[in-house]
Amino acid sequence: MKRYYVMGLFSNFEEAFSTISEIRQHAIPGVTVDDVTLKSPIEHPEIEEILGDRGSPVPKFSLFGAIFGAIFGFLFLASAQANFLTQPQGGKAIITLPSNIVLSYEMLILFGVLSTVIGFMINARLMTKRHPLYSEKVSLDQVGVMLELDEKNVDSLKELFKKHKVLEIREEVSQ
Amino acid sequence: MQTKDINENIAWAKINEDVLRSMENPRMGYWVALAACVAMIMCAVLAEIYQYQVGMGPSGLNWPHMWDLYIATFVFWIGMSHSGTLLSAILHIIQADWRKPIYRFAEAMTLFSLMTAGLFPIIHLGRVWNMYWVLPYVSDRGIWPNFRSPLVWDAFAITTYMTSSALFLFIGMIPDLAICRDNARGWRQKLYTVLSLGWQGDDRQWRHFRRIYLMMACFLIPLAVSVHSIVSADFAMSIMPGWHVTTFPPYFVAGALYSGCAAIITLFILLRYFFRFDEYMTIPIMEKTCKLTFAIAMVWTYLNLIEFAATWYGHDPVAKELLIQKFIGPHAPFFWTMLFCGSVLPFTLAFEKLRRHMPTMFVVSLFLNLGMWLERWMIVTPTLSFSHQPFAWDIMWPSMVQWAIVFGSFGWFGMLFLIFVKVFPSVSMYEVKEMVFHRRHYHSDELESKFHRRAGDRQSDADPSREGA
Repeated sequence: MKRYYVMGLFSNFEEAFSTISEIRQHAIPGVTVDDVTLKSPIEHPEIEEILGDRGSPVPKFSLFGAIFGAIFGFLFLASAQANFLTQPQGGKAIITLPSNIVLSYEMLILFGVLSTVIGFMINARLMTKRHPLYSEKVSLDQVGVMLELDEKNVDSLKELFKKHKVLEIREEVSQ
Repeated sequence: MQTKDINENIAWAKINEDVLRSMENPRMGYWVALAACVAMIMCAVLAEIYQYQVGMGPSGLNWPHMWDLYIATFVFWIGMSHSGTLLSAILHIIQADWRKPIYRFAEAMTLFSLMTAGLFPIIHLGRVWNMYWVLPYVSDRGIWPNFRSPLVWDAFAITTYMTSSALFLFIGMIPDLAICRDNARGWRQKLYTVLSLGWQGDDRQWRHFRRIYLMMACFLIPLAVSVHSIVSADFAMSIMPGWHVTTFPPYFVAGALYSGCAAIITLFILLRYFFRFDEYMTIPIMEKTCKLTFAIAMVWTYLNLIEFAATWYGHDPVAKELLIQKFIGPHAPFFWTMLFCGSVLPFTLAFEKLRRHMPTMFVVSLFLNLGMWLERWMIVTPTLSFSHQPFAWDIMWPSMVQWAIVFGSFGWFGMLFLIFVKVFPSVSMYEVKEMVFHRRHYHSDELESKFHRRAGDRQSDADPSREGA
């Protein structure tokens, strides 16, 4: 079954948001706000009120990375220091907590940062091919509203876009 | 008088145009500056080759002066790196949006300062080929670095800081790299296509972007504090007079922020002038940066004073003698210059007329950084000159080899920065667009005039004060 991707480019957020509001109110049967992708040059501060709270698991990656870093850091240092058992320590502790806390703290941050970046790349779907409907105008000053929908809804969507003063409509068909 | 941080009527397309223009067609002045930086680097390279061939003798480093300009300059560059984090992370968390036009070059400064600082411990080693010994690797003889040594903590902390700062800079730049990708041709387009990681500006990407930026800012603030605390531990963990000081960690952090902010003022003025960024690097933003610098300068001054007081009333004769030597001994001219540049000169930042005068601020910022460099030198050298045993007291002035390498480090930093501003956008386009958008939609002129009213300003008759009514 053919799927259609349709994107309307708007001159500002207001027009784009009113289009999305109408979609939310089921202006087009079978199309919901979850099908909408908003493309914009900046992140609008009130975007969650329009699209709904879609959440982000990136902080969980940060937490996992930080905990892993602290534990791994300490165990790594302690295992390296345990190697000193074969060497005279002159009465000093083999596993020294004060210095290990400093270094484990650095490892906590390093792994926390690395894990956060990995989490971002996975969840934001970076390093994937750009969508064929990507418009350079979105990185300039226009706001794009893109939907994936069936053929029967394409015309209604275009009408909706035109009602809200769309500047340009782009379309792509996938098998 | 310009009172707004930014003109909210700037078109988004113009922001792209202005910033992208700054990355194209270097003028003659740019090439001259680049050539000067390369010449400075060559001085350092020649000095290092000589030192490498002959040994550490020509540097003048010998007992008791095991550390001198190399370590002092290392601390200076580490300090310089703190400004990017301060502006970017702290001001991001507290939602001070005036950081937006200036944080990008400050973050780049952080990275390049760290890249410069990282060279000095290697050069200082003499046996540069053995520098990897500091890394925690599995030696075939089962010997690991001494994890109890602050020098190993340094290696961990600086590596973490450099990695995190580079990622913070890169992640924050992805939307701008996508703009560059969409507007570039040739090798630039290929470069930006790879670096922008397929950014499309959809709501999914922005949503996760906002979270990662916040999370990284949260990680970087304690990291920045810990890095300079650990650098201070290189000194404070010893029992040397003048180094074994309780206030050293906050003193180092304050000094780091101070020198970083002073460097931001310098680069702010240079970029504003040469790239004609008057509309983004505005005078009100300059004023805010100056006020921040002034506040940090006062913290630094306070920490100096309590260090002097603690030493004086602590009655440790060696530490007290060292303090007296700093004030009236052979290093006194440098010490007094440090105090003048670090504690007296910042008062120029307290005057509005001076803060708004760019040439004055440019000169002042250079002197502030001179003071901060002298501070690091005055931490390292006098202690080694006047330590515990009077029979070992010795004055050593840095050799030409040391001066050449220190001189070259500024060229190295300058070269990296000059390349950066021509390859990457030095003003964050998407964040300036956000700033303009916010100002346009959520800002009232009434509040603006109220907050920016100065003591001498007359109030408008149309808007009489209702205070006390």
